[in-house]
Amino acid sequence: MTISTIAEVKNPILSLKDLSIAYDKNYAVKNVSVEIKKNTVTAIMGPSGCGKSTLLRALNRMHELYENITTEGEALLNGQNIYEMPAIKLRRHMGMVFQRPNPFPTMSIYDNVIAGYKLNGIRTKKQERDEIVERSLRDVALWEEVKDSLFKKGTFLSGGQQQRLCIARALAFSPEVILMDEPTSALDPIATSKIEDLLVKLKEHYTIVLVTHNMSQAARISDYSLFMYLGELVEYGKTKNMFTNPIDPRTEEYLTGKFG
Amino acid sequence: MESIHALKSQDHSSGRLRKDKLVLGGVIVLSLVTISPIILIIWKLVAEGYRQISLDFLIKNTPDTFEAMTAVANGELIPGGIANGIVGTLLMVVLASALAIPIGVLTGIYLYENQGSFMANLTRNISDILQGVPSIVLGLISYLWVVKHITMGFSALAGSVSLSIMMLPMIVRSTEETLKMIPESLKEAALALGVPYHKVILRVLIPTGFSGLLTGILLGISRILGETAPLMLTALGSSTINLDMTKPTSAIPLLIWEFYNDPNMIGLIWSSSLLLMAMILILNLVSKQLAAKRR
Ligand SMILES: Nc1ncnc2c1ncn2[C@@H]1O[C@H](COP(=O)(O)OP(=O)(O)O)[C@@H](O)[C@H]1O
Ligand SMILES: [Mg+2]
Repeated sequence: MTISTIAEVKNPILSLKDLSIAYDKNYAVKNVSVEIKKNTVTAIMGPSGCGKSTLLRALNRMHELYENITTEGEALLNGQNIYEMPAIKLRRHMGMVFQRPNPFPTMSIYDNVIAGYKLNGIRTKKQERDEIVERSLRDVALWEEVKDSLFKKGTFLSGGQQQRLCIARALAFSPEVILMDEPTSALDPIATSKIEDLLVKLKEHYTIVLVTHNMSQAARISDYSLFMYLGELVEYGKTKNMFTNPIDPRTEEYLTGKFG
Repeated sequence: MESIHALKSQDHSSGRLRKDKLVLGGVIVLSLVTISPIILIIWKLVAEGYRQISLDFLIKNTPDTFEAMTAVANGELIPGGIANGIVGTLLMVVLASALAIPIGVLTGIYLYENQGSFMANLTRNISDILQGVPSIVLGLISYLWVVKHITMGFSALAGSVSLSIMMLPMIVRSTEETLKMIPESLKEAALALGVPYHKVILRVLIPTGFSGLLTGILLGISRILGETAPLMLTALGSSTINLDMTKPTSAIPLLIWEFYNDPNMIGLIWSSSLLLMAMILILNLVSKQLAAKRR
């Protein structure tokens, strides 16, 4: 194995064991073994095309949407193999936030937050729905901004607000893990810093796995970092250690901006 | 030297200006040529047809040729109207839509979901070919299937079947194109919430593309509203309002054809055409409006 260090993680919520993913026999993720600690922010870093998104999407099995995909190895959520449970059930435990805000354009702000219940046909009482919407919007610090326009279309919000709405939509199910793929790359610096503050708060209740190619973002908000290169996990450890004292020369090169 | 240079460049720019003017003139002439037929048609229809338009025109059946002859001889307006045609057209268009919309939308979804698969490509090609089949042939087919074997005679049902086959490929195509325009990210957003695939289609993609689907449907309806040839072989016509799908039924374009063949009824041709044209124009404008709103 090429991993220079494996962080000792107690109480992992996710453990990947020799996970490999190939598109048409081209491996995009190679033998990744990693344990992700509960209530932390874990950043996945690496140059573009190194397999960050593929790895992240393998965690809620969104990668299976592509054709000719093969998945080898194991991924456990609280000790249960996620490839042996129904994908639909798994995804309700693993919220996902995408690169570009993608609220449902036909739905109001309220309906966007509750979309997971509505689209799945899960019946809830009105009072319960109201509570879920308010709690989720408060969690993403959007409640005060939108509480008077809950029934307006979500697409009228600014980009940063839309992205927070999408986070709220993921939180409405009270998932255990939130997977985020470069969630701030389409946002301006102010909107970005709001979301970064948010993530630090959210980790009290959730575990966050964050793909980012913004190193300073990883340094600011993550507790653990993975550095990937050409599909391999090169280094994994406490963010602080990795940034001050990287072990693998490739990590050091990346962090000092020599490539990527 | 300098002045020659200046002169030259001036010359050059005035030449270009002349060219620009020529192109602009050409464009204006060509667009006038393009829009003049429609303006002439509408002008003619209104000028010739407005006199016969009245409440009676909408709620009364066609007069018989003798009534019309007497009125024309006395220099009066032709009595009666085309209610039998209006009702027949609505009846057949509604049934044709009820047949074509569900089948067309489902087929469109199938094509969208199976891009590149052999069966999908085959279906798409067949649908495209169907779009090119002359409408009279669709009338013949429906005559063989429905008139000969199901209703045992000319019928509104046979008319609807021929119209629905005509509408089908348009709906298939517009459904597929509409779904293709919806960003992948919305599908992903729904799937990531654990929504099963069929519900993603029904509850996210269809509502998101709804105005696009509606545009295709309205254009399809406006296409079949004026169809005459297939109805001649299927619905045949009727001088009174008929609501029985298994009986011969009238339609506005059928009436226009009948009026054309009866010298006493000539006066009703223009008003009937005006009404038909107005219905089609309105449908087109509404669908344009919907399409614009989508952008
Ligand atoms: N749908 C796909 N089909 C085929 N290859 C893909 C697909 N998505 C990604 N890849 C390939 O997998 C590798 C990793 O991609 P990705 O996980 O998107 O990287 P990252 O997110 O780090 O930029 C790349 O070489 C990319 O070309
Ligand atoms: Mg990526």
